Amino acid sequence: MSLNYRCPEFLVERVESNCIECQACERQCANEVHFYDQDFEKMRAKDENCVNCHRCVVICPTNAIGIRKHPSEYKENHNWTAGMINNIQKQAESGGVLLSGMGNPTKKKIYWDHLLLNASQVTNPSIDPLREPMELKTFLGRKPSKLEFDEEEQIKDLPPQLELSAPIMFGAMSFGSISINACKSLARAASEVGIIYNTGEGGLHEDLRQYGENTMVQVASGRFGVNQDYLEAGAGIEIKIGQGAKPGIGGHLPGEKVGPEVSKTRMIPEGTDALSPAPHHDIYSIEDLRQLIYALKEATDYQKPVSVKISAVHNSAAIASGIATAGADIITIDGYRGGTGAAPTMIRDNVGIPIELALAAVDDRLREEGLRNQVSLVVSGSVRNSADVVKAIALGADAVYIASAALISLGCHMCQSCYTGKCNWGIATQEPELVKRLNPEVGFERAKNLIEGWAHEIKEMLGGMGINALESLRGNRLMLRGIDLTDRELEILGVKLAGE
Amino acid sequence: MAKIDAQGVYYRELNEQVKELVAAGEKEIILDNVNGQRYIGDGLAKEVKIEINGTPGNDLAAFTDGVELVVNGNGQDGIANTMNAGKLVIHGNAGDILGYSMRGGKVYIKGDVGYRVGIHMKGYQQQQPTIIVGGTAGDFFGEYMAGGRLILLGLKSGPAEAVIGNHVGVGMHGGEIYIRGTVEDYQVGLEVQVSEATAGELEELREYLADYCQEFDLDLEEVMAAKFSKLAPVSSRPYGNMYAY
Repeated sequence: MSLNYRCPEFLVERVESNCIECQACERQCANEVHFYDQDFEKMRAKDENCVNCHRCVVICPTNAIGIRKHPSEYKENHNWTAGMINNIQKQAESGGVLLSGMGNPTKKKIYWDHLLLNASQVTNPSIDPLREPMELKTFLGRKPSKLEFDEEEQIKDLPPQLELSAPIMFGAMSFGSISINACKSLARAASEVGIIYNTGEGGLHEDLRQYGENTMVQVASGRFGVNQDYLEAGAGIEIKIGQGAKPGIGGHLPGEKVGPEVSKTRMIPEGTDALSPAPHHDIYSIEDLRQLIYALKEATDYQKPVSVKISAVHNSAAIASGIATAGADIITIDGYRGGTGAAPTMIRDNVGIPIELALAAVDDRLREEGLRNQVSLVVSGSVRNSADVVKAIALGADAVYIASAALISLGCHMCQSCYTGKCNWGIATQEPELVKRLNPEVGFERAKNLIEGWAHEIKEMLGGMGINALESLRGNRLMLRGIDLTDRELEILGVKLAGE
Repeated sequence: MAKIDAQGVYYRELNEQVKELVAAGEKEIILDNVNGQRYIGDGLAKEVKIEINGTPGNDLAAFTDGVELVVNGNGQDGIANTMNAGKLVIHGNAGDILGYSMRGGKVYIKGDVGYRVGIHMKGYQQQQPTIIVGGTAGDFFGEYMAGGRLILLGLKSGPAEAVIGNHVGVGMHGGEIYIRGTVEDYQVGLEVQVSEATAGELEELREYLADYCQEFDLDLEEVMAAKFSKLAPVSSRPYGNMYAY
């Protein structure tokens, strides 16, 4: 084997005086970083294997381990960064396409952080959600232009709606990209909290069928696990056109991850690559999209709202307008920071646009065209905390999807190595030994806690603004002000500068 | 047996009527004067026979799960989209993307088909879909194919005429394609290996074709009296080595 030209990314530091040579770190590391050196009778580390997932740091009973950026820095160069140099070395070794996990980590403007929320002072009272009613209930689906009532004062002909207790859903992650225990944790949490989780393109595992009312089943270009039974099993159906982390390209779930359970759920043979074509080959136009939307509605007797998910790209507003007229009930837009189990690095880091700008543009366009009531708008990629949720709603979203945040609640430490299948936290892996590290009982509690915590924070922020129902914040951009933004940015966001 | 005159009936209403009949236990339905109505048989998961006189619209038998459909006429695009089980017989030609992601059942076409037929067809355990085309097919036949079998006969084509377009089986990683006659190397994807069907394979083919020939009143021996090319994937993981880790 020739010399590996790459420098280790991370340095494993062990406090020798703390280490009791229990070898827990060795047993816990699927990347084979830690080992017991018989000659020196102590624990050592192969730094070059470390992905900085913190599993050993957390598991070490004596807090003996720390991981930090490797000190051997390249000569300072703002153009040729260490990451770029390492990438070239990797490709020179294999001739392959660079892969990445999770969302775009590059240093680009995060618009959420340039938006600030309002609060009531003197002229109208703020509301304390601990003692006063506060409504976060959200309905996703087509809203009629006018309401008609029958003799029993019930609304007539209301299109199907998804009911959420808070404007948050767990984003699409397939069984295959994540483990069954991660799926179980999220599905059960969604069910307990009264929100929705999304199957992604991996079919519906039989253990998850019980959560059908809280399930969005996804139909993507590979149509894995899609049959009539599947379409009927969820509360809604989502056509996945694109994903923020990899707009315009398909997906490859490598054969190693297609074990017996994934095979059964996706209805494909074990060990074969699960290839999702870049486009749906029955959709080459808005008219074709309409055809699939209505094929799904026909198949489910118009009882399920149909969502169409696209990634945020340059002309999202025009596309969204087309999707609305094509008959979708929900439009989901995934921004360029959206996560992924595996995406080509160049695509992830360079394709697509920020969700904040896409959201503002789409909401504006749908309003201008009188289509806004016909579709609900869901955004994702990336929503990192409850303040991001509130800002998204104020910009015009009906709800958000969170996926990276949901996985972090299950234990993910953002090492961004999902594509290796060696997730030490039992999340992005199909290896039984690793999967069982994530206890779905614990995972479910943690994911549920996250939503409950965020819901409470959202209520506090709403109350501060003097608003007692989320509905009153939707598209209420007067509740936002921008800082460090150009006039053009403010114009696209439809937001005034702080001080105005 | 129930009959519906589809003349001037909007697809949604027509399909509702069909579903109502099926729900009421009807086992055989005849649709007359069908003229472009979409989604006939969409999502039907019952054992029922539907005979269509006329030209059904796009997405005929999409998501179908067990229905038997006969079309006395031509079909359009998107037929048998993600079909799970059942049987579809078309006494005419069919359009593009026939059998996209089809996972089970049989589709028999008497005439020609368009582009991207059998794209991403899948097989899983006992569910192995079959599409048999009597005439010719356009480009990208069996693209991304992952399972099941595609059989192209080119029965009406002369010896020098191409029965199939280019890019056959690109991205193929499962299943099998049989083409009556020969196929040139330049016509098939890199992921495909071509061989002449062996005696054993011809025996299997004969089984599939017997039913087809019976449906269209063709002479099985005549159909079998030709060389068949078999196209199979080189690997079940065509893109296994394309990434740098």
